[in-house]
Amino acid sequence: MTEKLFEDKLGRVPERGEIVVVPIDLVYAHDGTFTLAFDVMKETPLLSRVFDPKRVALFIDHAAPAPTVAAALVHRAMRRFAREYGVRLFDVGTGISHQVVADEGLVKPGMFVVGADSHTVTGGAFAAFATGVGSTDAAIAMATGKLWMRVPEQVRLKLSGEAPGYIMGKDIVLTIIGMVRSDGMIYKAVEFQGEGLKTISMDSRMTISNMAVEMGAKVGLFPSDDVTREWYRVNHGTEVPVLEPDAGAEYDEELELELPRLEPVVAAPPNVDNVKPVRELEGLEVDQVFIGSCTNGRYEDYVAAARILKGRRVRDGVRCIAVPASRRVYERLLRNGIVDILVEAGCFVAFGTCGPCIGAHLGLLGEGEVAVSTTNRNFTGRMGHKESKVYLASPATAAAAAVTGRITDPREILPADARLMVVDPSYSFKP
Amino acid sequence: MARVIRGRAWVLGDNISTDHIISGKYKFAKINRLEDMLPYVFEEVIPEFYKKVQPGDVIVAGRGFGYGSSREHAPRLLKLAGVGAVLAKSFHRIFYRNSINIGLPVVIVHRIPEVTEQGDEIEVDLEAGVVRNVTKGVEERFQPPPQQLLEILEAGGIVEYIKKMNQLPW
Ligand code: SF4
Repeated sequence: MTEKLFEDKLGRVPERGEIVVVPIDLVYAHDGTFTLAFDVMKETPLLSRVFDPKRVALFIDHAAPAPTVAAALVHRAMRRFAREYGVRLFDVGTGISHQVVADEGLVKPGMFVVGADSHTVTGGAFAAFATGVGSTDAAIAMATGKLWMRVPEQVRLKLSGEAPGYIMGKDIVLTIIGMVRSDGMIYKAVEFQGEGLKTISMDSRMTISNMAVEMGAKVGLFPSDDVTREWYRVNHGTEVPVLEPDAGAEYDEELELELPRLEPVVAAPPNVDNVKPVRELEGLEVDQVFIGSCTNGRYEDYVAAARILKGRRVRDGVRCIAVPASRRVYERLLRNGIVDILVEAGCFVAFGTCGPCIGAHLGLLGEGEVAVSTTNRNFTGRMGHKESKVYLASPATAAAAAVTGRITDPREILPADARLMVVDPSYSFKP
Repeated sequence: MARVIRGRAWVLGDNISTDHIISGKYKFAKINRLEDMLPYVFEEVIPEFYKKVQPGDVIVAGRGFGYGSSREHAPRLLKLAGVGAVLAKSFHRIFYRNSINIGLPVVIVHRIPEVTEQGDEIEVDLEAGVVRNVTKGVEERFQPPPQQLLEILEAGGIVEYIKKMNQLPW
């Protein structure tokens, strides 16, 4: 499929490893990476322009609302830039860039998307060749609408069978990362395929693509299939093309994951590939739970959390912070009474921002503290003090920890017939 | 940038992330000025690195260097601190790309990280494609970067290149 996407842009099939210049359909940056991109544009006359304002977007999401004066200055500069160049700015509260590009329908199958953020790969869930770049590349793409890329090696990752109901996209992707390790897919395009896809919702696909970068991949691509097309119809009222690999497509590497064998897992610090079954860590005491981020801040994620938190309380001594990834997600949660469930259980619920994920604000960890977090990175000091520890898990596992104050297998709390991946895009939770 | 880089080795292990190079929390506290972040470079792996490093020093690391965030601050701060080159067994792609873009030489080598100890004298000849551990008397060849990338590195990064040539490199 990777090959098809390149062929579509270039009008020919490029070789693996070949360096090609591709037109970019969408380029974005956020308050964590914009400043350097802007510096590059300012100091380079050839780059002091925007190739097409409709294809450039800026997001204030990393430190939003501004927790420091320094951040406020960056935000001010972004608003000014957006006005001057006529580009779209998604201001404080709109949400995290990778979620908002989906909410707004800015990313579509077949597109080439670059963002000055490593988790731009989230767009792979929509069959877009979406990948992260640095600020200088983002500036070049904003100014010229083009970027060089090395055509990656291609890996087929077949998801076979059907996942058990308690499994979420997070368990799937963490299991894969545990298998291939954090450098296992460096520079490769990973394509998710197989009959298991039918049961994997768009929300979970986004989680899986989001963490493709945690195995080193350049992109984590899903096809545009019935699930994708229905999602676009319901959310955007648009028809998108089918985009699937040809039957005879050749791959440099093939792997398979049997979904029925999965169980809930966590990634223990200090590395994302340190993946273990939840039951091996059960009982470990937890100080903070975070449910949110571009990895797991979507509707399905809070429905899973609500199934566990409904009628229960966050354990005394634990902070449970829930930050939906965007205003759209927040609104949908409000309409379905899920915010009520979270608040009544004792969660701190905030508006769409990156916040705690990166230790920017809204809940840093102190020395010796332990967090269960639905984010994508557990590096030393990522969420606060260097002697704090972050365990990455699904929203169900995180909510279970919030209720018991310890790492807990969510199967102990979930009803036996729970189906956490919600494939139907019009599904609404009835508490 | 000189074509031959010479300096002392700073030895690091596998999976050094851009968070290790510059933690996100400082990136946000000091979000608007790169120089202000210098004291926090490698804070948790080599405390006070910015005071100890000398111009031209070389980082010698294991697998998966530059893991994580796309923050270009990471290679920029290494360059600003005086690091002459980064040698590793493998690099994560955004870090690799960013380093070339900002003019910090990055070289994939396998034997040098095995034999190098902290403080060894290292010599990198980019054009010839040779890395030497002078202290240990070990030499390793690597595929030199294509001419286009060498020119970008030599100019001091892609921005300097564009300014100098008044055109994009492609
Ligand atoms: S939520 Fe976390 S990982 Fe996602 S874009 Fe924000 S800081 Fe990055």
